[in-house]
Amino acid sequence: MKRILFPACLLIVLLTGCAPPAVGGPPPLVETGIDPESWARIPAGEFLQGQHDHETRVDYDYEIMVTDVTNAQYARYLNEALAQGAIHLTSEGVVGPYPGDEFRGYQHEEPVKAGDYLHIPLDDPGLRLSWDGETFAALPGYQNHPMVLVTWFGARAYCQFYGWRLPTEVEWEKAARGTDNRAYPWGDEIARNQANYYSSHDLFEKIVGGQGDTTPVGFYNGQTYNGYQTLDGASPYGLYDMAGNVWQWTGDVVEGAHYRYMRGGSKANYEYNLRVWTRNNAAPWFFSPNVGFRCARDAGD
Amino acid sequence: MLARFNYLFRSTKGLVLVAIALIALVTAIWGTLSGPMVEWGVRDVTVRALGMQLHPAEREGRIIMLYHTIAMAVVAIEVYLITHLVPMKPHEPGIINGTITFGYISSMVFGLAFAYFGHHFVFHGLFLFGQSLVFFAGLLLAVALWPWREAYHIRDPRYAHAGRIDLERTAFFVMAVATLGSALFGAVTGSYWGNGHETFLAEDLIREPHKTPLQLAIIGHLHIMLTLIAVALALIIGRWFDYQGPLHKLSMPLMIAGTVIITLGVWSVVPFEPFAHTIIYVGSVLILLAALFLVIYGFRKIIHDRLAEQGIQQASFWQGLGALLHDPLRFGSLWQMVYMNFTVSGVGIFMAVKLDEIFRVWPAREERIALTGHWHILSGIIATIILLYYADMAGLKGRIRQWFGWLVIIGSDIAFGAVTVFEMKRLFVSESAQQPLVNWTMALADLGLALVLTVLAVLMVWRLLDLFKRQGRWQVEFEETALPDVGSEMADRLPPAREVAS
Repeated sequence: MKRILFPACLLIVLLTGCAPPAVGGPPPLVETGIDPESWARIPAGEFLQGQHDHETRVDYDYEIMVTDVTNAQYARYLNEALAQGAIHLTSEGVVGPYPGDEFRGYQHEEPVKAGDYLHIPLDDPGLRLSWDGETFAALPGYQNHPMVLVTWFGARAYCQFYGWRLPTEVEWEKAARGTDNRAYPWGDEIARNQANYYSSHDLFEKIVGGQGDTTPVGFYNGQTYNGYQTLDGASPYGLYDMAGNVWQWTGDVVEGAHYRYMRGGSKANYEYNLRVWTRNNAAPWFFSPNVGFRCARDAGD
Repeated sequence: MLARFNYLFRSTKGLVLVAIALIALVTAIWGTLSGPMVEWGVRDVTVRALGMQLHPAEREGRIIMLYHTIAMAVVAIEVYLITHLVPMKPHEPGIINGTITFGYISSMVFGLAFAYFGHHFVFHGLFLFGQSLVFFAGLLLAVALWPWREAYHIRDPRYAHAGRIDLERTAFFVMAVATLGSALFGAVTGSYWGNGHETFLAEDLIREPHKTPLQLAIIGHLHIMLTLIAVALALIIGRWFDYQGPLHKLSMPLMIAGTVIITLGVWSVVPFEPFAHTIIYVGSVLILLAALFLVIYGFRKIIHDRLAEQGIQQASFWQGLGALLHDPLRFGSLWQMVYMNFTVSGVGIFMAVKLDEIFRVWPAREERIALTGHWHILSGIIATIILLYYADMAGLKGRIRQWFGWLVIIGSDIAFGAVTVFEMKRLFVSESAQQPLVNWTMALADLGLALVLTVLAVLMVWRLLDLFKRQGRWQVEFEETALPDVGSEMADRLPPAREVAS
């Protein structure tokens, strides 16, 4: 008996450390004071791109959303787009048309043909929208959280519906980094109360447990919420959530690959994934509770 | 003091102990910089206490230097074991071991200093100098292993041979030459750093449709180096088991051919990328077959030896199984090779077969987790086999031998199994529902690794305390495995080779 006492105690101590995810009601609606309808203007000019600081020039001014598209914004869009017939519902979820890509037959390249593609699934428990048969609405408490479980097609369709587009990778990175060689949108150091990443112990992680949850867009702006002091995580151009919370789809279609690229890192990643040059990618029909998007447009649109 | 220095740096067992201790120390400190240690805040303590400088843009470079410093020490351990086990001119082990010891310690100390404690370029120079010494020791080893020297001709027909050439020695020689060429494959590419070549981790480029020749060379380099470390270890374990007979005669030609083919396959990845993988698959199959035959031979030998000890003529299944499991150190060194097929080779083949259908649908960061887990497990398995062999060399007996052996096997296999499930979790659960699985697999991985690291720490503390004894085990080991002085009487004697002796 004595022989197994110590290993048994050790096992109990370790296993009791892995509690199941806390189950609670909806999170409180937290107002951050950052307007998801606002845009930031990025001036033309050079910036240092990538981990190795390649001088890159963007020849035009452009604008990009200050925050990720929220659940409330996407629900509004779905209702408008459904009414206009731009998208429709199937047993899979919301689908819409895509004109297709040129297929070059590279190794591992998958054809993306013209046709209808899934924009969002309706049966995933991670979806923060409700559908009552007529209208989409954001779930209570999640209205100003980033829209997730949206495919690249769904993200692109949102932006196009309003006459905008997804940012290119270069546009995204310049907006996140500014013109110096910082690693994160605010500088070279990262603190747990500056962005939503894996095990950053934010307020919402404590509410839902484990892998955590999205935080409201613009949450990390230096405000204090119920005693939780955040640091300002804005980029040099005033964009929020360019590091952490959710990955963001970008618009590039890369020759020889069907993958679409994402930037910014998410609540499910360690902090090194939040560096401004880190890339992620997936097939355009991929969706995840850790992937969202924001739009860009030409200056003056 | 001098006697202890001589033990640690002039005997095989002492040299292996120093290298394992240094790797353990580096692992203990640098292991706090990632994974759950970050979540628990331990990393911040380490960074502050040691004054590390961790600029986010330099993470990949730091990691590459860390991998190299640990790899150099592992290569040094294998070289010590080879010079101990394979007959060679008596003065050669001392020269080879001295060179590689100075080399790997220089590269470890100055590599880590450069990567983590400020970029003094003298440190970087000494890091490269250390690696150059390791390479030079490899050249000396290849010369010492030359299989066509008459003194090394085979005299016992139970061992694999072609004419009078010892095929096992040839396998060691081919492995050494392939390793030297493959090291150059990386070194030449590294010399373009800042001149067309940029630091990267291979797992970050997996889905790039257009890779540069320099990127392909680095990807090839890291794969073949780990493969050759595994080949060397399989040959070493074969020596430990006195591998011989019909299976030995099958294994060695397969190992030689497999090593040559897989190495050429990897080297051809730059000019002939579309065909390289096919060549590599052929080489891998041959090497895996050679290792399979070793495992079959070894398991049979363990059972046979134990039953003979017990005086059992006709053993039942359970008696046979009991005999197989009675010595966890010997059983474990082979079992880990079998287990590798579940957690590394099997997963790798499954990924290759289902790549586009399953894995390339996942985001790149998910596939990246599978890849990094894959080769961390392979490295971990190699480490556990070395540890089990070293524990036998260190003379663990009785219950301590049982506890050490089984804790290493069970702890590592739980950890590697849990990491494999974690890597493949998207096959079983969606992202929205994954948290319980993540919690359990991470807890089991932490538990398993904690077990292995704890017994390793106990072993190292025991050896450290032993060094303070006047008549410690270190003295016995020094007498057993002291390297002859160059030019001494001992150095003029013929090697105590099994071929020569028989």
